[in-house]
Amino acid sequence: MSALEFILALALAKGLVVLGLLLLMRTGLVSFGQGLYFGLGAYSAALLAHRAGIGDGALMILAGPACAAAVAAVLGLLLARYREIFFAMLSLAFSMILYGMLVKSAALGSTDGFNLHAKTFAGIALPAGGERRVFFAVSVVIVAIVTWALHRYLASHWGRRSAAIRDNELRVEYLGASVYRVVYVNYVIAAALAGLGGAFAALAVGHVDPETTYWTTSGEFVFIAILGGTGNVLAPFLSAALFEALRTVANQYAPNVWQMTLGVAMLAIIMFLPGGLWTLVRRKAA
Amino acid sequence: MNTFLAVVFDGVVYSSWLFLMAAGLTLIYGVMRILNIAHGSLYALGAYVAATLGGAWIAAGHAPAGSFAMLALATLLVGVVMGPLIERGLLKWMYGKDEIVLLLITYAVFLILEDAIKLVWGVESKMLSEPYALPGNFQIGGLAYPVYNLVLIAVAALTGLALSWALYYTRRGKLLLAVIHDREMSAAMGINVDRVFLVTFSLGAMLAGLGGALTAPMIAVSPGIGVEVIVLSFAVVVIGGLGSLGGAALGALMVGIARSVAVRYWPEGELFIIYFVMALVLVARPRGLFSAPEARKL
Amino acid sequence: MILETQTLQKRFGAVTAAADINLAFEREAVVSLIGANGAGKTTFLNMVTGYLRPDSGRIRFDGQDLVGRAPREITALGLSRSFQIPQLFQSLSVRENLLVAEAIAGAERVEEATDALLDRFALRDYASRAAGLLPEGVRKLLDVAMALVARPKLLLLDEPTSGVAADEKFGIMDLVMAAARGQGVTVLFVEHDMEIVSRYAGRVVAFYDGRVIADGAPAQVLEAEEVRRYVIGERAAHAAA
Repeated sequence: MSALEFILALALAKGLVVLGLLLLMRTGLVSFGQGLYFGLGAYSAALLAHRAGIGDGALMILAGPACAAAVAAVLGLLLARYREIFFAMLSLAFSMILYGMLVKSAALGSTDGFNLHAKTFAGIALPAGGERRVFFAVSVVIVAIVTWALHRYLASHWGRRSAAIRDNELRVEYLGASVYRVVYVNYVIAAALAGLGGAFAALAVGHVDPETTYWTTSGEFVFIAILGGTGNVLAPFLSAALFEALRTVANQYAPNVWQMTLGVAMLAIIMFLPGGLWTLVRRKAA
Repeated sequence: MNTFLAVVFDGVVYSSWLFLMAAGLTLIYGVMRILNIAHGSLYALGAYVAATLGGAWIAAGHAPAGSFAMLALATLLVGVVMGPLIERGLLKWMYGKDEIVLLLITYAVFLILEDAIKLVWGVESKMLSEPYALPGNFQIGGLAYPVYNLVLIAVAALTGLALSWALYYTRRGKLLLAVIHDREMSAAMGINVDRVFLVTFSLGAMLAGLGGALTAPMIAVSPGIGVEVIVLSFAVVVIGGLGSLGGAALGALMVGIARSVAVRYWPEGELFIIYFVMALVLVARPRGLFSAPEARKL
Repeated sequence: MILETQTLQKRFGAVTAAADINLAFEREAVVSLIGANGAGKTTFLNMVTGYLRPDSGRIRFDGQDLVGRAPREITALGLSRSFQIPQLFQSLSVRENLLVAEAIAGAERVEEATDALLDRFALRDYASRAAGLLPEGVRKLLDVAMALVARPKLLLLDEPTSGVAADEKFGIMDLVMAAARGQGVTVLFVEHDMEIVSRYAGRVVAFYDGRVIADGAPAQVLEAEEVRRYVIGERAAHAAA
């Protein structure tokens, strides 16, 4: 797999996580803890191979979102009550709980993590040396389908209600709808997307470690979301690709100013190009 | 009994440290409604400046006891320099924005400062063990503890008392409380909210710096030490209620003891227990233990 | 009686916002609630719609107890409200605002219902404009239109013409009343403009200091000594020099 293919594979995987963030931001929420589900997706895919002896890529790809959605179904019950800063930081805290557990778990490789290999896909044996190519192709197809589905969702009355919630929750309640329910559903969908992304990322890299759930990883996803803006379902993938490309270059030539560059870029976008932030910022009442 | 004492003492030490971290964060949020993620970097700066100043002091042959003064100097520098720099230089222009946007802005500042620290100090660890080693040890239940831990507890307690006194019993403090309660109304009454913000943020920065400076003698000061502090401080602040100093103290105590128990009996759960306590508190009291009432919207 | 309150009480610290409010409203009535700011009209509205919980007392709507219910449930029972400051979805277009309301109300033909509403409230020209960019009168209309989407039995209007240009007030009230009457809706409206009150209300309830000080036909209530002094703000003829 070439460097370019690798960047694209990661861009697709991370783009999925950011797609989930897009949904949440359209609902008026910013999650600083998608790393939790990204990590869950990655680890559940890897554990299938490591522990259950299942080396099938298709099952791994299913395990990611399934595991993530299951956890989100529980955590969402609590989180869907919160907004703004609380929602952001609570989601962060939950991702740190998983981080803490993974780091202290010698059985799961602690900070080193462990590798994963997939030998088959949906039962069909994979060509040696060509596994990553197959997963890349599969991810392209699945990402296309999922993105299209989310686009339809956003255009449906559910999507419109989500935007309405972002603009004026109180009115939505007074019209007779449960805001909590919509937030909960969107939260679980975003988690499933992140879990799917995590599984793809694990397959692309061939390795999982706790860094996936660390809050700075979640911060990266937020940055990518802001960079691309939330106006279009394709934006997450384009901006993820840009991000990965830039990161590769930065690691090569200027690793010690990468974070600074991100910080400055984020400030610049917030101040001069709030196009991406426009859907996030609720206009204050006159 | 010995184990019990040890666990409690360890818990109180950690709680003191947590309180120092959380106090500045909760104060800034209470007054300015900003959750300052850069708090972690200011903590790190406090540690680095302390290590540098202390190291220079020792290397110049001065009395090692003076290194404590260097800790104080570092604290002051961080507050007096970084406070106005960030608040006047950046935040002041952003106040009208949504709370989440402000959080992202402080996150950006955090990212910038993290690399700035690396550029200035490099990636190798800095050490300043003198303040820690100098006062020696004392005995509790047959175990030797550094006296420095008592220093930590003392500083935390004094800081908490001083802040409370300043807030509730001085005129300036009451102005702060007024702004915490209702910013618009305070401005309408003639309070110079601008100045209050500057002072508050600088004070918060100083507190973060104090935390870092006090921690420097206990650890190897290296890049990234501020990262975990942010999440821990936030957990404590949330438990106590955003903007409540007393809440921060209580939250710090709860988390400190819980963690100490975990470290002794279930080491794998150390991080887990902290956030678990936070989640428990939030289920019972969604806005933390002591939270400010919400204004009516309609 | 479609709406009844019994001995409603509400205090905020030392302030009594509602003291022993006993009111009853008949179906299809048009009633105006008047009173100076802080007299208790908005508190009354907020208690009836579930935003505030009374300290004591009962509220019965169409045979159901309302106290303790969430706004969402109350709306489902058939009680809708509009807001003093229009509560709209600023970034969505007028059309989308109505579509959201229709979808929540469970309309079968969401698009058609929305189109009908756009016409009924003369909003068609603004259909694609973002709600945050509308002139004040249109914002008010949209706010009320959204409240009517759920085909309520009772509509509470909170200052429907405040902030609207004088020459537009009647136009707005005409549209709102026509739409409401067309659906057989009981209307309660809070209002400060006495011209609007006398023109549209069949009954007036005057609030002062958390109490009802007058209740009856507009002509009588608006002439009552206490109402003139405490609500309309006129000095008594024999005020000390």
